[in-house]
Amino acid sequence: MNHLDPIRHVRGESQYLDDVPEQHGTLYAAVVESPLAHGRLLAVDASAALLRPGVVRVILAADIPGTNQIGGIVPDEPLLAEGHVHFRGQPVALVLAESEHAAHAALAHVRVDVDPLPVLTDPRVAAAQGELLVPPRTFRIGDSAAAWAGCAHVFEGVAESGGQEHLYIETQGAYAFPTEMGGVRIISSTQGPTAVQRHTAHVLGLGMHQVEVDVTRLGGGFGGKEDQATPWGALAALGAFLTRRPVKLVLDRMADMRMTGKRHPYSSDFKIGLDADLKIVAYEATFYQNGGAAADLSPAVLERTLFHSTNTYFIPNVTATAYSCRTNLPPNTAFRGFGGPQGMFVIESALACAAEQLGVATTEIQRRNLLREGDLFPYRQPAELCHAEQAWDTAAQRFDLPARRREVDAFNQAHRWQKQGLAVMPICFGISFTKTAMNQARALVHIYTDGTVGVSTGAVEMGQGVNTKIAQVAARTLGIGLHRIKVESTNTTRVANTSPSAASATADLNGKATELACRALRERILRLASTELSLDYEGLHIENEQVLAAGKPADSTWEKLVSAAYWQRVSLSENAHYATPDLHFDATTNQGYPFAYHVYGTALTTVTVDCRRGTYTVDAVQIAHDFGQSINPQVDLGQIEGGTVQGIGWMTLEELVYNDEGRLLSNSLNAYKIPDLYSVPPVLDVHFLDTPGHPRAVLRSKAVGEPPLMYGIGTYFALRDAVRAFNPDSTISFSAPMTPEKVLVNLYPEFVGAGKAAAVARG
Amino acid sequence: MLQFYLNDQLIRTDQPAGSTLLDFVRYNQHLKGTKIGCREGDCGACTVLVGELPAGEAVVRYQSMTSCLTPLGNAHGKHVVTVEGINAARGTLTPVQQAIVQENGSQCGFCTVGFVMSLTGHALSARPSTPTSVLASMDGNICRCTGYKSLERAAAHLHEQLTARPATEAVGWLADQQFVPAYFAAMPARLQALRDAATAATTGGSEATIPTAAPVAKPLDAPAAARARILGGGTDLLVQQPEHVRAIPVELVFDQTQLRGIRRDGDVIRLGAATTAQQLLESEVMLAVVPALPRFLKLVSSTPIRQMGTVAGNFINASPIGDLTIMFLALGAEIELEDAAGQRRALPLADLYLGYKQLAKTADEQVTEIRFPAPAAASDHFNFEKVSKRTHLDIASVNTAAWLRLEDGVVRAARLSAGGVGPVPMLLPRAAAALVGQPLSTETLRRAQEVAQQEISPIGDVRGTAHYKRLLLHQLLEAHFVELGLLTD
Repeated sequence: MNHLDPIRHVRGESQYLDDVPEQHGTLYAAVVESPLAHGRLLAVDASAALLRPGVVRVILAADIPGTNQIGGIVPDEPLLAEGHVHFRGQPVALVLAESEHAAHAALAHVRVDVDPLPVLTDPRVAAAQGELLVPPRTFRIGDSAAAWAGCAHVFEGVAESGGQEHLYIETQGAYAFPTEMGGVRIISSTQGPTAVQRHTAHVLGLGMHQVEVDVTRLGGGFGGKEDQATPWGALAALGAFLTRRPVKLVLDRMADMRMTGKRHPYSSDFKIGLDADLKIVAYEATFYQNGGAAADLSPAVLERTLFHSTNTYFIPNVTATAYSCRTNLPPNTAFRGFGGPQGMFVIESALACAAEQLGVATTEIQRRNLLREGDLFPYRQPAELCHAEQAWDTAAQRFDLPARRREVDAFNQAHRWQKQGLAVMPICFGISFTKTAMNQARALVHIYTDGTVGVSTGAVEMGQGVNTKIAQVAARTLGIGLHRIKVESTNTTRVANTSPSAASATADLNGKATELACRALRERILRLASTELSLDYEGLHIENEQVLAAGKPADSTWEKLVSAAYWQRVSLSENAHYATPDLHFDATTNQGYPFAYHVYGTALTTVTVDCRRGTYTVDAVQIAHDFGQSINPQVDLGQIEGGTVQGIGWMTLEELVYNDEGRLLSNSLNAYKIPDLYSVPPVLDVHFLDTPGHPRAVLRSKAVGEPPLMYGIGTYFALRDAVRAFNPDSTISFSAPMTPEKVLVNLYPEFVGAGKAAAVARG
Repeated sequence: MLQFYLNDQLIRTDQPAGSTLLDFVRYNQHLKGTKIGCREGDCGACTVLVGELPAGEAVVRYQSMTSCLTPLGNAHGKHVVTVEGINAARGTLTPVQQAIVQENGSQCGFCTVGFVMSLTGHALSARPSTPTSVLASMDGNICRCTGYKSLERAAAHLHEQLTARPATEAVGWLADQQFVPAYFAAMPARLQALRDAATAATTGGSEATIPTAAPVAKPLDAPAAARARILGGGTDLLVQQPEHVRAIPVELVFDQTQLRGIRRDGDVIRLGAATTAQQLLESEVMLAVVPALPRFLKLVSSTPIRQMGTVAGNFINASPIGDLTIMFLALGAEIELEDAAGQRRALPLADLYLGYKQLAKTADEQVTEIRFPAPAAASDHFNFEKVSKRTHLDIASVNTAAWLRLEDGVVRAARLSAGGVGPVPMLLPRAAAALVGQPLSTETLRRAQEVAQQEISPIGDVRGTAHYKRLLLHQLLEAHFVELGLLTD
């Protein structure tokens, strides 16, 4: 079954934030940014801006009626700078004008005086200076320190992975309206409506009930609108609250890139020990996370790095420590994978390091150490319904790993100036918010008297197809046609206290809540049918809108029953609550059972490097993935393809560049490149593993949003393999992304440039 | 007053000629299907079709353009098509839309309309569809959700359907198949009527041919001309200073017929200054002298941007890594400049660049023509190399072109150009000189590579470190020799 939204998308009829018809009297907002990455904020002078035509008001921190604070986990982030500025692009003031042009033209006329302070951009330097956002965390199992002595081989190294711009094509924005009750109604492009509501209420000094947030859909999120949609919602609301006029705030692309946080760059140390049979005995890793200027979601991202520090391998002795480092960059935030990919990159680097030094194939070590049923993760949850080996073996067999290896080797024998590389990337990703309390959701289902159904949940549609899946759950549970179901906008007045659409768990949590609500309605209606038709309730079903008694059509249909229910004064509305069972986690011991289940898979990646130019192509990515019993294979396939390509982008051409002053140099689409049509692999095969799914997954259909991103990591190692085929002595560092620059300089490490004999002796 | 058709509506507007078509469509006409992604022509979410009726022809030629960089003035006399202009009755989809829905080629949907328009433009193209061309039609569209595989599948379906498209009367067939609404058939007559009315208004009905020039192209006095910004395709100016361009009078050159056209004049190839990259690509004259041009131009921007950006605009933008500039430097091009008084002079392209974004021309001088000696098929060799972070639709880290004249295995003349290795797009005269009179050999190449290192002064920036750019130029000079078959592996 297809994704339901594209029927409107292709006609341009889907409404995004900037498409909402504008109310008369709307003011347009533009954000004054800090010009420096760190300093004392001496003065903000808006007098010249206020003289500009069309400018109505300039709002400063002092104008905030409530609390100037939007930090989600740690209260360390003002909405508008006050006293100090901590990153370039930090909001300092809000200009409101009669037109968007007037608002933007006025920005240059607001004077911001900053007395500069030293700028930190390197997480290791920040850690050395004690600049940590939260105390460090350590996950430990066994005794790694004691285990080294028993290892036949021990290797150490450093691995670094870069940040990643979300590049949702729809930029951040919000549209706020004053309400007659003295509150605000906000249309927001956010993954977390409740976060916008809660922080806006604090900022305005209102109860949460006075702030309504509504979300129809996002033009992409990927984590970038989980917490970081909040400032724009709160700023627009602040403007509307203070002026009593509607206020619209939409960031332009370059402002969005400057002002918002991204995937966290990490710099990490690893140490790995193996026995003579290449079984991993011990692993230690220290992660330095570049958190940016405020905590945002960094502590949670850091935690997930630790949860996934061993990827899909069983290691009896692990010590993994992580530091969340405060730097003068925009606060880094959620991005598909949420710290997991960063942790996996390090363990994969450790395995590649060991393999290269031992002169064995990395796959030898990987395959021998895959998780098996009952193996403990470092946080003590056992691997249950584990498909790690099944995924690997299926991929290796189906896509003929030995033949791929032979082909690559033969190609490299035959070609001097082109080299191919091959890597296998197995993944294991835990599904649930690691903050246990967030694993709850509600669904409000109304059946109207004509038999049509409206479903409201906390899920935000951002392309992942969650509305389609929720509609399927409702239709399947009620036994009626999909055409009768409408999934409503996400609104804080209909479904309150929601968790953000994140952690791959949105369909599970909201789908389960929808299922519960629909089951309750179904039961109520069938009990009525049982009474009205004098039939035994136990044998009653609805299928295709027909009431069945013991499998045979009874004299009633969905429409008749719904109508009867109304006249019999039976409630046709249901509000259901779902909380994932069995979860617990103790953040003091870092032990527990944090995940509902794990998702497994394995990808083979083949690349070809042009060894004259340092350019490359990703030729094939072949994946065996654990979907469980997919409720919507088409939607799920799209998630795998899209996630994989996003991961390839992170590992190859997406390079975030800040200078030492904390200024973003990759500040536009011409300087920051995401994959285009021609950069995706010609072959991207996805095999649906035969797995039973998990009872804690909605209709046993496993979560699919984040896991595929990590298949992209294979591309880095395939490129590394190809570079080493050209230059076996390469001392190439474990540093992603593997840009064409990194490839070329590692192909020709001896090149010295001007003034000396160009030493490209290989030629 | 600008006049053009937007979908099936005649538009008459006094909006500034230098404002963007995107803003007009979204905020003046409230057609919200066209989305804003980046406002710099890099994402394609705002793609629309712009149809032009060539003088004396009966078929409207549609091209995809990013409306964020299209000056509104360049719509004058044309047919602008947004998604609202191709949508069929509610509840039905065009074959393009159907293919995308069927293959799940849309997730969040924000980029989707851009893909729909690009593929519809492909359906309307005069050239037969090929599996390659249908993909190329969406090479200016970025999608962050799908990973493109589903869009590739949709494009493949579409190509299948388009194999049945007749070579002539294609619009009728396309309307029958519901690719476009029936009103498309009436557009040639409507555009002709628009043109006839303009002709009647300005000439009193004489037979003089009036180009589809924008009305603001009326003669300006010299000081006004100096102040006016000459606006070609808009692909650089509307990225760099949209607010400024919107606020000033602009002189539009994109549709001036005297500035278009590519012809061979003896041993000289002449290009009108407003020639677009796409016109280069489609020129028999150019393909005859530079047969590998399609391969080179595929590395230059995207399909919509190639249909908008002009060759002279690329020169005058003076980017140190302008791809077309680098090619034409090695081709030995010179430009003709004309000032407001009509005085003309010729200037070698290499002499145009004085320093970073500093030009050897006065403010009122405008490029009118570009010319270069036609490479001789028997003896001359030309190659272009470009490496960027992303192979397509990206700005080069380093680009370079080489023109070599060979006789009996000896280099008789040479021009080497390089971009990204200094403040201006530059020739490497000493490296070229190191080749001249030498036999083709690895040693000759090595000497030129060494000399080139002395001629360049790259700086580190977001496109790479200085060290990388040095290494890259070194490698790309070698690549020229290999690509030209002058050096065996």
